[in-house]
Amino acid sequence: MRAETALPKTCPKKTCPKKTCPKTWMQDLGSPAAGADRTFEELLTAVGRNRDRAAFAALFGHFAPRLKAYLRRQGCDAGGAEELVQDVMLLVWRRAETYDPSQASAATWMFTIARNRRIDALRREQRPEIDPADPTLVPDPVESADDGVAARETAGRLRAALRTLPPEQADLLRLAYFEDKPHSLISAEQGIPLGTVKSRLRLAMERLRKAMRDSR
Amino acid sequence: MTVPTHHPGDTLLIDYAGGALGEAASLIVATHLALCPCCRLNVAEMEAVGGALLESIEPEEVDPACLETVLARLDDLPPLPRVPRPKLVCQPAEVPLLPEPLRRYVGGDLSRLPWKRLMRGMDCYDIPLGSGSGYDSARRGKARLMRLASGVGPPHHTHRGIELTLVLDGGFTDDLGQFARGDLSVADDSVRHRPVADEEGCLCLAVTDAPLRFTGALGLILNPFVKF
Repeated sequence: MRAETALPKTCPKKTCPKKTCPKTWMQDLGSPAAGADRTFEELLTAVGRNRDRAAFAALFGHFAPRLKAYLRRQGCDAGGAEELVQDVMLLVWRRAETYDPSQASAATWMFTIARNRRIDALRREQRPEIDPADPTLVPDPVESADDGVAARETAGRLRAALRTLPPEQADLLRLAYFEDKPHSLISAEQGIPLGTVKSRLRLAMERLRKAMRDSR
Repeated sequence: MTVPTHHPGDTLLIDYAGGALGEAASLIVATHLALCPCCRLNVAEMEAVGGALLESIEPEEVDPACLETVLARLDDLPPLPRVPRPKLVCQPAEVPLLPEPLRRYVGGDLSRLPWKRLMRGMDCYDIPLGSGSGYDSARRGKARLMRLASGVGPPHHTHRGIELTLVLDGGFTDDLGQFARGDLSVADDSVRHRPVADEEGCLCLAVTDAPLRFTGALGLILNPFVKF
């Protein structure tokens, strides 16, 4: 099971992600290079396919400090945050096989794992989610191979759009994602009328959505 | 296959994608997502925004011993199974009425649920949430299945807080329009409405997220479908 961790770099599997994934966003717009010559998406794929420990360590080096900052903003103390970071990274190791680079950037995938883990750990709640294999699920309308997915995950364009958001929109967006507070509570705490909170979040999302969809 | 025409809207979907909603509201939003490809795409994009925000957050230094600890534990952990669900040998003859994740909470057979009669033509089943002690039930919210006979509706009243109602079968009509399978009604205290079940009756999931989180006031769970 774990002998593969020592696979040489010439392992033919290493070339698979690009072969099997027709998407182009990974190459030209994907996450910044992770020190070495591989994107985070490639590193995560290598962990999933080859149990690549060096790739895992590189992912840890980049994401652990960000995950810690995220968990601190959710109300963890420094020690608790580091413990949860370890939990999240162990989950990343165990689930990396299910990571599909055509569906999400590495950062997005890590975000969803960290989000669910902290709901479980800090709130002791379940996180209800759809089951993609559920026969009752209403399927996506037929789309061409690159439609939707490629647009959804143009990580570079999205980051750029995020940087150009008006500060009042970007601030609210961070509160909504990082503070474990629904928009209604943000409104109450920030003393901003609920309608204003909603319209700022909507405007922010419209701009980001446009950036993601225009990149087709 | 028809797709829903009444949706949760961006702010509620952002709260779901960011993980700020309580379990009850997350359950109803996720069940809507199973029936609404368009909102699924929106949520996928909102999760991508979460990823981009995670990238842009100011990093906090992590004790170098952390990586050592994690690396030392990797060999103890087998990878989780790729697809942890059992594969059916043949497709079920009928597609279940209730989508996941709701089906996991209430089971597939509605006739076996301990329905409680509220009034003539109106039965309910309160859905157990969460997994035991240590949680804040006020924060989690309340979720309930409602079964209404043709022409029946809850008594008229005013309310505070937010209420979410998802039609699973049949439909209802109120001041906001006609709601059919997959449609999600979002009503807050600015909306005064009196839903009435359509001719074929109505099965719906009704949720009140924790009133504390929405109004800052104690008590008063006021979804007309939930408060009895």
